[in-house]
Amino acid sequence: MTRITLDGVAHSYSGKAQTERDYALKPLHHVWEKGAAYALLGPSGCGKTTLLNIISGLVIPSEGRLLFDDVDVTRLPTEKRHIAQVFQFPVIYDTMTVAENLAFPLKNRRLPKPMIERRVAEIAEMLDLTADLNRRARGLTADAKQKISLGRGLVRANVAAILFDEPLTVIDPALKWKLRSKLKAVHRASDILMIYVTHDQTEALTFADKVVVMNEGKAVQIGTPADLFERPQHTFVGYFIGSPGMNLLPAKLSGARASVDGIEIQLAGAYPSPPKDARVQLGIRPDYAMLSAAPGIPVKVRRVTDLGRKRLAHVSLGAHHMVATIPNEMSNVGEEANVVFDPARTHVYVDDILAQGTPT
Amino acid sequence: MNHKPLNNRAWFFVLPVLAFVMFSSIIPAMTVVNYSVQDTMGANSFFWNGDQWFRDLLDPSTEIGARFNDALFRTLAFSLVALAIEVPLGIVIALNLPRKGKAVGVSLVLMALPMLIPWNVVGTIWQIFTRADIGLFGAALTGLGLHYNVTEDAVSAWVTIVVIDVWHWTPLVILLSYAGLRAIPDAFYQAARIDGASRWAIFLNIELPKLQKVLVIAVLLRFMQTFMIYTEPVVVTGGGPGSATTFLSIDLVKIALGQVDLGNAAAMSLVYYLITLTVCWVFYTIMTQIERRRDA
Repeated sequence: MTRITLDGVAHSYSGKAQTERDYALKPLHHVWEKGAAYALLGPSGCGKTTLLNIISGLVIPSEGRLLFDDVDVTRLPTEKRHIAQVFQFPVIYDTMTVAENLAFPLKNRRLPKPMIERRVAEIAEMLDLTADLNRRARGLTADAKQKISLGRGLVRANVAAILFDEPLTVIDPALKWKLRSKLKAVHRASDILMIYVTHDQTEALTFADKVVVMNEGKAVQIGTPADLFERPQHTFVGYFIGSPGMNLLPAKLSGARASVDGIEIQLAGAYPSPPKDARVQLGIRPDYAMLSAAPGIPVKVRRVTDLGRKRLAHVSLGAHHMVATIPNEMSNVGEEANVVFDPARTHVYVDDILAQGTPT
Repeated sequence: MNHKPLNNRAWFFVLPVLAFVMFSSIIPAMTVVNYSVQDTMGANSFFWNGDQWFRDLLDPSTEIGARFNDALFRTLAFSLVALAIEVPLGIVIALNLPRKGKAVGVSLVLMALPMLIPWNVVGTIWQIFTRADIGLFGAALTGLGLHYNVTEDAVSAWVTIVVIDVWHWTPLVILLSYAGLRAIPDAFYQAARIDGASRWAIFLNIELPKLQKVLVIAVLLRFMQTFMIYTEPVVVTGGGPGSATTFLSIDLVKIALGQVDLGNAAAMSLVYYLITLTVCWVFYTIMTQIERRRDA
């Protein structure tokens, strides 16, 4: 078991970064605790894969140090790092059988034969590959091939960490759920540090103890799934996590009250007045903005979407568009309605960063 | 169900080609067939000879049969030697070519240059290059005290012809292999590094299997071309010394145009053609069968 420390690790593919924009990964300090399951979540091109490749050694960072426990491994070649990595698209060795594929990482490290056979049998059992063990890997379906790739990542027992780079992208949805819970089970059984890259929030939130949300080469928030949902530190997190994402309304701030297009909204705490040119936004998740028959903030209902489990109203608040939840007991939704914000879950963002209020 | 609309207008594109092939290949080939079953004393008088030309050709105890046997053996030996050098050498060079940057274009153009030179020019270049008196290569070897003379020594002649072919055509194997290697996604190399595979294991388990298809093409092309080799030995050695470098094609021309022995020559060219066709067909079938069995 190993703790992995990123000490100001940054990377620019052009060599030396001249400006902020040159970074594929902006300087990052973070400690990956031993035995935890992390997810790296962010849109395509946000630097997730770069970060993963730095940890596995496929990319040498242009700045900073990488520590495994207390050993500096920044420049240690991949094959000496005890890191397993599974890639987005299945990589299988065409000429080998499934069993030989699974045994390959162990064989290259010259493990004794009986031990290799035992590990291969275990992993095959876990991934439902036992029946295919003696088949050539190349004729199999994409699902099966990716399971082999996963298996090659899991087969090594003594790794410091297993890195997954969007491993379930090519997998059929039904199997996706199964494999994800398998991975979770493996993690619980083995206590190996796992880092799972994905752009699918459901995948990230169900797999991980802690999620690192990345955007434009920067880690914008690191926290538990509940943190990310309840207290997004950055508007990007609010918007990116949750479906649909957080409503963000431009607002003016005065103490414990905010006004959106002249409409007053009560907040849970008092906020210091922001700098003059700062952009102030009110953030509220659709789950906590309820359409109500009782008095509230007057809105115009534009459209209703029925998601089966819940109904969402797309409404106009002043000149701004937002999404609110329609309570189950409300059957008829007219054009005019009121919306009620849960003050404890209404956040204030100054220049995209969560502002701290003092409870009143 | 897959119903593709039939469009007979496509024939208009094919017909001119068919007509051309008719006059350039099929009709001349028919004359060859005609000659192979008849004997002629000239003046357009023909006598039916049945399969006698073929019997003579394939019987090593006859003069023509012995000659054919020798030339066939020489040609096959040459093909095998050339393939045994060019294919591994081409793969090794392709593996070591740069993968990115300006060096890619420069090295590929340099590699491809020999292929752009016409056969007879290649022959002439090497004929002068290897001359023991004024040729850079020949004079240098002679100066070093080595016995090297293309027109007197059979070993020198053979080595020279093989070197010419390697120099001229290894680039084809290089370019095909390089294209095949470039088609391998980076993830394969990354996964191999994660799996701790050695360089040799990467070659054996990733690169070689992915190169298989282009290598089949490379081997087929190189076999056909080396099996038909003509111009270089004619220009450089004239088929000698003695008959040391008289390959099938050279012998065929000697019989047909030198001795005007049309019956023997026609039978020989048909058998020659069938051998090329058979070898290619067998090789291709075996390789595709192996491929199919692997998928199963």
